[in-house]
Amino acid sequence: MTTVLDRSKAHSESDVQQWLRMYRQMLMIRLFEEQVNDLYTRALMPGLAHLYTGQEAVAVGICEALRLDDYITSTHRGHGHCLAKGAQLGAMFAELLGKEAGYCKGKGGSMHIADPDTGNLGANAIVGGSAGIATGAAFSAKRLNTGQVAVCFFGDGAMGQGLLYEVMNMAALWTLPVIYVCENNLYNEYTHNSETLAGDMLTRAVGFGVPGERIDGQEVRKVYATAKTMVARVRAGAGPAFLVCDTYRFHGHHVGDINREYYRSKQEEQQWKTERDPVKLMLDWLTTEKVANRAQLDQIQNEVKAEVEKAVQFAMAAPYPAVDRVAQDVYA
Amino acid sequence: MNMVQALNSAMDVMLERDPNVVVFGEDVGYFGGVFRCTEGLQKKYGEHRVFDTPIAEGGIVATAIGMGANGLRPVVEIQFADYIYPAFDQIVSELARLRYRSGGQYWSPITIRSPCGGGIRGGQTHSQSPEAIFAHVCGLKTVMPSTPFDAKGLLIAAIEADDPIIFLEPKRLYNGPFEGDPKQPAVGWNTHPAGEVPDGHYTIPIGKANTVRTGSDLTILAYGTMVHVAGAAAQQTGVNAEIIDIRTIAPLDVDTIAASVCRTGRCVIVHEATRFGGYGGELSAIVQEECFWNLEAPILRVCGWDTPYPHAQEWDYFPGPQRVAKAIRQVMGC
Repeated sequence: MTTVLDRSKAHSESDVQQWLRMYRQMLMIRLFEEQVNDLYTRALMPGLAHLYTGQEAVAVGICEALRLDDYITSTHRGHGHCLAKGAQLGAMFAELLGKEAGYCKGKGGSMHIADPDTGNLGANAIVGGSAGIATGAAFSAKRLNTGQVAVCFFGDGAMGQGLLYEVMNMAALWTLPVIYVCENNLYNEYTHNSETLAGDMLTRAVGFGVPGERIDGQEVRKVYATAKTMVARVRAGAGPAFLVCDTYRFHGHHVGDINREYYRSKQEEQQWKTERDPVKLMLDWLTTEKVANRAQLDQIQNEVKAEVEKAVQFAMAAPYPAVDRVAQDVYA
Repeated sequence: MNMVQALNSAMDVMLERDPNVVVFGEDVGYFGGVFRCTEGLQKKYGEHRVFDTPIAEGGIVATAIGMGANGLRPVVEIQFADYIYPAFDQIVSELARLRYRSGGQYWSPITIRSPCGGGIRGGQTHSQSPEAIFAHVCGLKTVMPSTPFDAKGLLIAAIEADDPIIFLEPKRLYNGPFEGDPKQPAVGWNTHPAGEVPDGHYTIPIGKANTVRTGSDLTILAYGTMVHVAGAAAQQTGVNAEIIDIRTIAPLDVDTIAASVCRTGRCVIVHEATRFGGYGGELSAIVQEECFWNLEAPILRVCGWDTPYPHAQEWDYFPGPQRVAKAIRQVMGC
């Protein structure tokens, strides 16, 4: 990747690299999800897919602040987290398509992608289901003195799950290096969280003595800056933290959720898409700040597009696992 | 040793041998556990390895899963098997499937110890035997010892195993063998041969049943407390019964069972849990599939009633030696 020489402000080379990397990552997630939507609507992909489109800045901003060996746990809407943590596009598509070359040999599917090489403990389709896994991984990190931090991603729907509070209590008691990141996209599946959440999100954590912060989750630089400080504090041994990122899912709960007007208006969707699109916001900022010129940004777009297309072709051509593998990996 | 001491010894051995073993749960730290199974372990190994948790069974199991996936080998205590249900989602949706859904990339080698069974007048939330529920979940292994010797060997094997193990401890057997008659004076393990427990490391393989009494007339399949009840019932009837202690609920040692029933031609299944949808149904189906042409009588089950565990009528619910003896006679046609 090249950087522009013609900049109005003196940005450091490392800042520029980082901003462009975050932009590229967000774009990759965006194009990945568009491809998933396309595969699904063309009936080439089996099962369910919950698209991350619209929330890219959260995963990318947080993961940019993490080490490769730091842990994340993810959700049913997890493609973005996996990619942001460093997952390969080809193995991602292959897993979605149930191919042997997928991250989990095709046994996990869209909602269960796990990758030890990038510290991804796994996406998890039980809402709030991974809170304990992240907390336990943080316990091990502390006990084994590895310096790792664990980040647990979940949606506002998980704020209704008791387990989250059980493990937050433990994390605070045991001063564990774990960050609970709530992606508040306003909807618990099809129900607005004004119907499901009493009181205030942040003060739930305050009750456990866990410091919390609530930020605009559409501004990737803001998410990164907040995460960077939080991760440093948690890694240094300050105990757990809680972060609420306000965001929005541009698609439905899953790819089949097409007609959404009975639970949210087109106007609301349109407003988020035109005014609060994290990819566009970053693109505009990069342009305004003259971090990169149009040609460079186009080049990034073309490169990512080509990578995604190549990955889809790889996954489509990859073989399915043999039937005799069905009983493999039930036990050691 | 009694069973409590044997279990304590197993954890002691493993805490000593493997620095990644951690033991935790409600009251297991300085207090040493409500049944004293972890007594002295925190003092010996420190609060960082043996520690107390909030009363939050879901959270206990959930954090253990993450610890296990990231290098530790947790041994958790759920104070009573009746308290395990808040953790059920984590056990079924996460623990049991972690290896499978990640294509073998992650697993969590947890042992979940939990006292089960009745006979202590504990009522419906301190007496249950939920083994069938766990046996139904693929990815878990479920174990229930019937003696101190087996308890220690099986617990060490469980802790060393890379699979998640549900380790159910029949609490009526903690202090002595129990043949099912509450009017008889309690006896300790000190006079029982399986109360002889070596101090050091040994294992009993998970997945192997134990023929505790050989016989030629019929086979009794039992586990936990019911192994001792079955022995008393066989004695009472004078029937030359073979008694197989299942020991590992899942995976089941089908070979030992099938070889026995094919030889004796008769089978009685005894368990304390409720009958309908119980583990006895699975045993019965397997025996039928493996031994049909050798069977000389219908297979009978003797189980708890299909009710919550009753406080007042505990000894009616409990499948005591009289009920087992009745089934033996019925199968023998005498």
